[in-house]
Amino acid sequence: MRSDRLFAPEADGADLLIRGAHVLDPRTGIDEPLDVLVRAGEIAELGPAHSLAAPEPLDVVDGSGRHLFPAFVDPHVHLRTPGQEHKETLETGTAAAAAGGYCAVVAMPNTDPVVDSVAVLGSLIELARRQARVPVGFLAAITRGLAGQELTEMAQLRDLGAIGFTDDGRPVVSAGVLRRALQYQRLCGGVVALHEEDPTLSQDGVMHEGAVSARLGVAGIPSLSESTMVARDGALALHEGARVHFQHLSCIESVRALTSLREQGAAVSGEATPHHLTLTDECVRTLDSRFKCNPPLRTDADRRAVLEALRSGVIECVATDHAPHAEHEKEVPFEQAPMGTTGLETAFAALYTDLVATGDLELSTLVERMSAGARLYGLAEPRIAVGEQANVCLVDLEAGFEVGAEGYVSRSANCAFHGRALRGRVLLTVAAGSVAFRRPMLVGVGTDGRLETAGRR
Amino acid sequence: MSALMPRHLVSIDDLDRDGIERVLDRAETFAEVSGREIKKVPALRGRTVVNLFYESSTRTLSSFELAAKRLSADVVSVRSAGSSVDKGESLKDTVRTLSAYDPAAIVIRSPHAGAAQLVARWTDAAVVNAGDGKHEHPTQALLDVFTLRRRFGSLDDLRIWIVGDVAHSRVARSDILAFARMGAAVTVCGPPTLIPRGIETLGCESSATLDGIEEADVVYVLRMQQERMTQAFVPSLREYADVYQIGPTRLSSGQVVMHPGPVNRGVELASATIDSDRALISEQVKAGVWVRMAVLYEMLVGSPVLAAVA
Repeated sequence: MRSDRLFAPEADGADLLIRGAHVLDPRTGIDEPLDVLVRAGEIAELGPAHSLAAPEPLDVVDGSGRHLFPAFVDPHVHLRTPGQEHKETLETGTAAAAAGGYCAVVAMPNTDPVVDSVAVLGSLIELARRQARVPVGFLAAITRGLAGQELTEMAQLRDLGAIGFTDDGRPVVSAGVLRRALQYQRLCGGVVALHEEDPTLSQDGVMHEGAVSARLGVAGIPSLSESTMVARDGALALHEGARVHFQHLSCIESVRALTSLREQGAAVSGEATPHHLTLTDECVRTLDSRFKCNPPLRTDADRRAVLEALRSGVIECVATDHAPHAEHEKEVPFEQAPMGTTGLETAFAALYTDLVATGDLELSTLVERMSAGARLYGLAEPRIAVGEQANVCLVDLEAGFEVGAEGYVSRSANCAFHGRALRGRVLLTVAAGSVAFRRPMLVGVGTDGRLETAGRR
Repeated sequence: MSALMPRHLVSIDDLDRDGIERVLDRAETFAEVSGREIKKVPALRGRTVVNLFYESSTRTLSSFELAAKRLSADVVSVRSAGSSVDKGESLKDTVRTLSAYDPAAIVIRSPHAGAAQLVARWTDAAVVNAGDGKHEHPTQALLDVFTLRRRFGSLDDLRIWIVGDVAHSRVARSDILAFARMGAAVTVCGPPTLIPRGIETLGCESSATLDGIEEADVVYVLRMQQERMTQAFVPSLREYADVYQIGPTRLSSGQVVMHPGPVNRGVELASATIDSDRALISEQVKAGVWVRMAVLYEMLVGSPVLAAVA
């Protein structure tokens, strides 16, 4: 999945033999135990389990009893750089991505300063070329300063390498301004991604408006504040023939709006987060700020509707909306806390534990949705096939762990799944042909071609 | 078997019906003490109670101060204005600092929901919620139940209407839960813009008009705040008063009127109602000290404590 819009340091490709893992790639149709030989960062050979010899010197990883997937692609992360490096840096955020099985992430532009100029985007690209542990793509802002008034220099930003545009964190309130951006897309290309929220409906809301907010006495954000904007902006996209992506859809009304837009032929797509797919506003009853996010956790009926949309493909991909915040920022009363949860390190395990292990979602569907964001943004999808760049992750589906017990790779700990017992642990991530992450328990360096592991569970 | 007391009183949900009865029974004994010339008992001598108030408050703060003093506790009251809170100190650091004085209890009033729960995480002291945002005000609910129990003997099958700005009222939420727990049938009534969706899940009915209020035994009136107009919840206080004000002609015989204070005369309540013998407002204020004495006593002296049993 090489792309000139993903940025990472130049690296020599890895030489690696992953032996005997159950390879599951829904795109190529592979679903069986295989040996996977990586040479100079490319998948050089696929063979029956334990059939491939290990030419020396070679890094051999024991995959038996484990699964090898196309590595994941996250179309929605906040790396907080520049300006909020106390929450996350480009390096820690991409390291967290690698630890979660991701081979590429797409960073949002709501930094300080905002990614709304060639200068800021250029410096970020340079930073990614030095620090990124997995390749990073960037969305630039739709409007200067995310203020919703004037368009950024979209064509120049695209030329420099922006994958697309978003004012994420905020909606483009003015339909007129968004319409201009969609018209301009014909010149510059690039997906326009939208955080949908009508601020006149969400107002000072801090959680889903419903029975739980009524009980707690905190201001609610009605589902309508999202779904009416999905419908409005979908209509604009239809009219302008534009390509629009709806970020972090959270409610049944938005799923209906998206379904209807699809039926009318709109070029629209959608994403869902692990927390909206597994948690509900019942979590907020304790007023624990880890569960404060935007859009808010909604009801179980909403959760099930979003899940069904992901299963059927109406919503095409999983996006974490990884939103790190420092401990002191989150450790305040719920209404004062910033919105967002981290997600890169827990996305697969949370979805596997709560959806696949329970029988609500097929494993192959989940694996496909975990990297489908690449296609939506015009990036090549990771594939396990000879000649492809190696982008794979090795996962032990049986391995259980307590979230956060060993700390986090991310600089921040505000994870909605903190303390949960999850299954499905990422052991190894190969991104763009290089080993980006290897869990310490899996040593496996054997010049004799034999497995060496420590502390395997 | 006597009811168990919680370690902290954050929500009225921390008390079951027996727990509420236990606090009210204790409050009756303190009501008797308050009739004496010397209104003080030595129950908390040598112990410290900290009142940490992040919102201005007259009756809640003064009644907590008086309650602790009448139990012979040493009392420190910290208000946000003029304190280190003004200098940007976080709630956590303020609580840690005050906890270094080893208080037996911290009474916390905050404009933010969930503040009392957070404080409980950061201190060894017993925490009493004196109002957190629009969430809860459990001691107000206890004194309201106390006042009604004195008047009617029991809340069983009592019909109570809570009228006004339910959306922004922590009193309403704690009262709905407490009244229902004690056997009353609760109806909330107010402008549809100020009745939260889903409020019925707390165990009450809701109504947009005063139609049917004649069936109520008790009309509990909430404070209508000026700023609700600028936020377009209601068009004007005049229209609000016209539709929802509880005046003498709205009340049928035998109905009593309550209000958590402070009252906006001529808005939610007519002057004549406030000054009539149907109003239990002064009884509520008096009960405030007795009930808060009872809460502090039962949590700090009475036993067993829930956490110790669990």
